[in-house]
Amino acid sequence: MVFEVFRQERKGQPFQHAGTVTAPDESFAEIYAREQYGRRQESVALWLVPREALHQISEFPDEFEMKYRRVDGYSIKARLREAREKAGTLEMAPGGEAGE
Amino acid sequence: MDTRTQEFLEYVQAGGQVETTDWMPDEYRSKLVKFIEMHGNSELMGVLPERDWILRAPTLQRKLALTAKIQDEVGHAQLIYRVVEDLGKPRTACLDDLASGKAKFHNVFHYPTKTWGDVGVIAWLVDAAAIVSQKALLKCSYAPYARIMKKICWEESFHILHGRDVILAMVTGTDEQFALVQEALDRWWEPLMHFHGNPIPAEEDPMYVWRIKSQGNEAARQEFLDGYVPQIRELGLTIPDPALEKNEESGVWSYSEPDWEKLRSVVTGHGPASQERLGFRRLSREDVAWVERTVLADAA
Repeated sequence: MVFEVFRQERKGQPFQHAGTVTAPDESFAEIYAREQYGRRQESVALWLVPREALHQISEFPDEFEMKYRRVDGYSIKARLREAREKAGTLEMAPGGEAGE
Repeated sequence: MDTRTQEFLEYVQAGGQVETTDWMPDEYRSKLVKFIEMHGNSELMGVLPERDWILRAPTLQRKLALTAKIQDEVGHAQLIYRVVEDLGKPRTACLDDLASGKAKFHNVFHYPTKTWGDVGVIAWLVDAAAIVSQKALLKCSYAPYARIMKKICWEESFHILHGRDVILAMVTGTDEQFALVQEALDRWWEPLMHFHGNPIPAEEDPMYVWRIKSQGNEAARQEFLDGYVPQIRELGLTIPDPALEKNEESGVWSYSEPDWEKLRSVVTGHGPASQERLGFRRLSREDVAWVERTVLADAA
C-alpha cells in the first residue's frame, strides 16, 4: 500500500505534503514514516493517509464566467478616471493621473 | 513535436511544475524515470564504500555518526524509488536492473575506500558535490521529486558537517593523519572533477531542456570549485591539478581537462570497485529476501 505522508513542522503550522511510503499495513507505515520524517525531531505531527482514501479535485470549470467573484471582474481604473473628471479632481489625483 | 507536448515543454521551461496525476509526454516520463532511478541507485550503492568503515571507525562517536549517515542514504534511496514507482517503474524492477548491471549509478561509488581519510573526503567533498546537484533539483519541474529533495538536501548538508569534522580532526593531528587526507584527496580529485559530467551545453542536455535539473553540468562544477577549492586550500592541502586556477576577472575556474572516456568506462561498470560492489548488492539482496517475505506474509 502507498501512504501519503503530511508533516507539521511546528504547532500551529499547516500540514504539508512531505512524500510517500510503501508499507504492507498501517503499523509498518507508521514505523517507516517515523524513520523518514521524524527521527531528527523535524516534525511535531505526521498524517498518514492511504492513497486510495484521497479524493482529488483538479478541474474548476467556470461555465457562467462568474467574474464578479474575482479580482479580474472589476476594472476600477477607467471608472475612477471618469469619476475624477466629473468631480474636477483629476489634477489632484496621485500616481501620475494628473499629468495625463 | 505535437502541440500538446510543445505547450508542456514551454510550461516547464517557464518554471511550471507537474504532479504525478497530470498529463505528461512519454519522453518526459522516461527521462524522469532514467534520471531519478539513477539517483536512487546512487544513494543505495553510495553506502557500500562507507559501510566498509563502520567496523574500522576510529572512535565510538565516529562509528555512530557514520552509521547514521548510512541510514540517511538508504532512506534517500527509499524515498527516491517511491517517486520512480509513481512514474510507473516498480522498485523491484529498479533493484533487478541495478543488480544485473543494466542500470547505472554515480561514478564516485565505483571506487574503493582505502583509508579513513577516504571516508572523510567522501563525506565532505563527495557530499558537497552532490549537494550542488541536488540543490539544482529543488526547482525540478516534477514536483514530487522536488519536494523530497528538501529533506535530502537538509540531511546532506549535515553529512558535509560530519565530513568536515573528520577532516579537521585529521589535518590538526599527526603528520601521518595529515598525509592520509592528502593521499585521499589525490585519489578522489579525478572522480570529483568527473562528478558533474562532461561540459555539454545546458541547451543540449535533455535533463535541462525538460527542466528536470535547473543547471547545466559545467555550471554545477564551477559552483563546486568556487565553494570548495578555497576551503581545501586553507587547510594546507594541495589539489593535484597544477592547471586549476580562477580567473579573477571572469570568475571562471580553469582546470586540466578530465578524461571523459574514463568517466564513461567507470559508470558502465568498469571502475576499480564496480564489480565487487555489484556482487555485494546481489548478495545482500538475497540475504534479506526473507525479511520482505515475512513482512508481506504477516500483513496479508
